[in-house]
Formats: sequence, C-alpha cells, structure tokens
Amino acid sequence: MKFAIQVNEGPYTHEASVTALNFVKAALEAGHEIFRVFFYHDGVNNGTRYTTPPQDDINIANSWSALAKEHNMDLVVCVAAAQRRGIVDQGEQERNGKDGNNIAEGFRISGLGQLIEAGIEADRTVVFGD
Amino acid sequence: MSDVKKFCYLNRKAPYGTVYAWESLEVVLIGAAFDQDCSLVFADDGVYQLMKGSDTTGLGIKNFSPTYSALGDYDIKKIYVEKESLEERGLTLDDLQHLVWEDEDEDYAEKDSIMVVTKDELAQVLEEQDVVLSF
Amino acid sequence: MSMLHTVNKSAYERGTLESCVSKAAKGSSVLLIEDGVYSAVKGGAKAGVIEKAMGDVSFYVLGPDVKARGLDEGKLIDGIKVVDYSGFVELTVNNDKVASWL
Repeated sequence: MKFAIQVNEGPYTHEASVTALNFVKAALEAGHEIFRVFFYHDGVNNGTRYTTPPQDDINIANSWSALAKEHNMDLVVCVAAAQRRGIVDQGEQERNGKDGNNIAEGFRISGLGQLIEAGIEADRTVVFGD
Repeated sequence: MSDVKKFCYLNRKAPYGTVYAWESLEVVLIGAAFDQDCSLVFADDGVYQLMKGSDTTGLGIKNFSPTYSALGDYDIKKIYVEKESLEERGLTLDDLQHLVWEDEDEDYAEKDSIMVVTKDELAQVLEEQDVVLSF
Repeated sequence: MSMLHTVNKSAYERGTLESCVSKAAKGSSVLLIEDGVYSAVKGGAKAGVIEKAMGDVSFYVLGPDVKARGLDEGKLIDGIKVVDYSGFVELTVNNDKVASWL
C-alpha cells in the first residue's frame, strides 16, 4: 500500500512526530511505500538542521533525514507554515532576504498542494498531531 | 482520468486559541483547486470557528473569520455542523455565519452550505469519506 | 467501507475519546495511541465510554505507548487488543481509511 503521512507537530513538545516516525518505519518494514510525509503547522520544525538534543535521546530531525536518505522518501515542509515559523531553505532565503537557511537534509519546502496530491495518490492517509 | 476522492476536513478546535482553525482553512482553499469531493466537518469546539461577529482588533492579530464566507466561491458546498456540539455550547444556527454557494445549474441560485446534522448522521458522513484530514 | 479512528489524548484530559466514539459507526475500529492509552485502564471513570461501545466498535491500544507509561497490560479493559506499530500499520491497511481525533 502507498501511504500519505501528515505530521502536525514539531519535535519533542508533542509525541506526534515520534509516533509518525515509528509508524513509517513499521510500514516500510512491512513492505509498504511512503508516498510522502507532509509537515504542517508546527510540524515544519522537524525540518530544522539546528537541533542539538542530548546525546542519550533520539535526534528526531536527524531520524527523519536518515529515513529519507535510506528509503528515498519525500519529506515536504509546507511553505506557508514554514515561513511563519522560520524554516528556510536556500530558495526561501534568497526570495525573502534572510541571512541564512536552516532546512535539514532530506526535507524540501513546497506548497499545500503537495498534501492534497499525496491524499489523492496514496491508498491511505494518516495524520499525526495533537 | 483519475478517480475523484471524498476529502473530509475534520475541524474540532476553536479558532484563535490555536492556529489549527486558520491553517486548516488554508488547506481547504488550496485543496479546492484539485476538484475532489470536499466536505468540511465542524464538531466539538470546531463549531466556534463558524461564529459570526468575530472582532480581533483588541488582539492585534489577523481576523480570518470572514474567509469562511468565501468557501462557496471555491465550490465548497458541504459544511456539516454537529447538532449536539452546538447545543452543548448553547449555540444555534443563528449564531453562525450564513454560508452559501451558488448553484450554476439553477441560475446561480444561492443555497445554504451549512447542514446541521446529528452525531449519528455525522458518523455516516465520515464513513463515506476516503481521506480525512485532521488539524 | 470501514474506518479506523485514532485517539491520542486521555479521556481524562479531553473529550476526544467520547466525541470519537459517538461518531464511530458500527463495524469501525478505534486505536488508542500516545496519551490516549490511559483511557483503556479498567475501572477508570471513563472506562465505560469504551465498554459501552465495544459491542459495535473494536478497540485497540498501542502497546509501546502502554509500556512507556508504566501501565500494566493486565489492567486494561477486557477485550481491548494490544497492538504494536506493525499492528497499527495492519489496522490502517485492513480498514479503508483513517480518521485521527486530535
């Protein structure tokens, strides 16, 4: 089956991102395909390169990046939500005159249409939030 | 030709206390361009999102409540509001914005978009959906 | 067509479980995840919400979330099935669609 995943919350404050990570891992292990993971609301904060959690705890952002790399998974951060919350890639940095960017590896910034498209293309859509 | 899916936007939170109401509406407006079969559901504190008379000037933040009245222009015709949620909160349909859509098959006659439904009717509406987006 | 509902908050914190169960059609399934697992403890004031609905709706609870919270599986409401993440995935596959009650 093809899955579309929506993650509504950022790392650490809510369990949503970890639940989503574990669900995605289990789905991949069972041979399913993840069409796209779409990060919305504070979920965009999973896409920052700048977290430094304690060494003895999960690094949530890195976990998503690693999963994306290993499985060629599409991780999309919503542009509107990212602009509000300061998650910036090179393109957004240039377009909006910011002095840097902070998007984590494996994530890309795109529009809400990507979420709808994922819902259309996938067999199942699962939302993780608060 | 790809199949049209039934998309349901499940709104259960009050506006302004959190961002979910506004950012959910943004998805609906973008989603309208994809020509899917869209329904909006407002239940629990989500019914507060549709109240009329919102004035955010004292907060200094954007008032997005008028945006609901544009839903008809985006071809959103099915807005389900749970009866029990309204009653629990001492609200009636009169407290909500009057949302309409124009039926081009009937000379652009204005029709009500809001349907007040019981929890049992809402259960059936949900069972008919293909994709449920929650915020 | 059957729906899998997920509930991620405790019934003692929010009305989410009650709201979900009131809209869960006969033959659907409800999976309690994250803090939602607290609602599954036998003898709690909100246990009745689940017990009354069990004839029509199948209830599940996510095992890793139960264990994380130090809850004893033996103390869960009789008839609630404990699943792990692969079971969660199976539930989404075996039902036609998923509604998350946040």
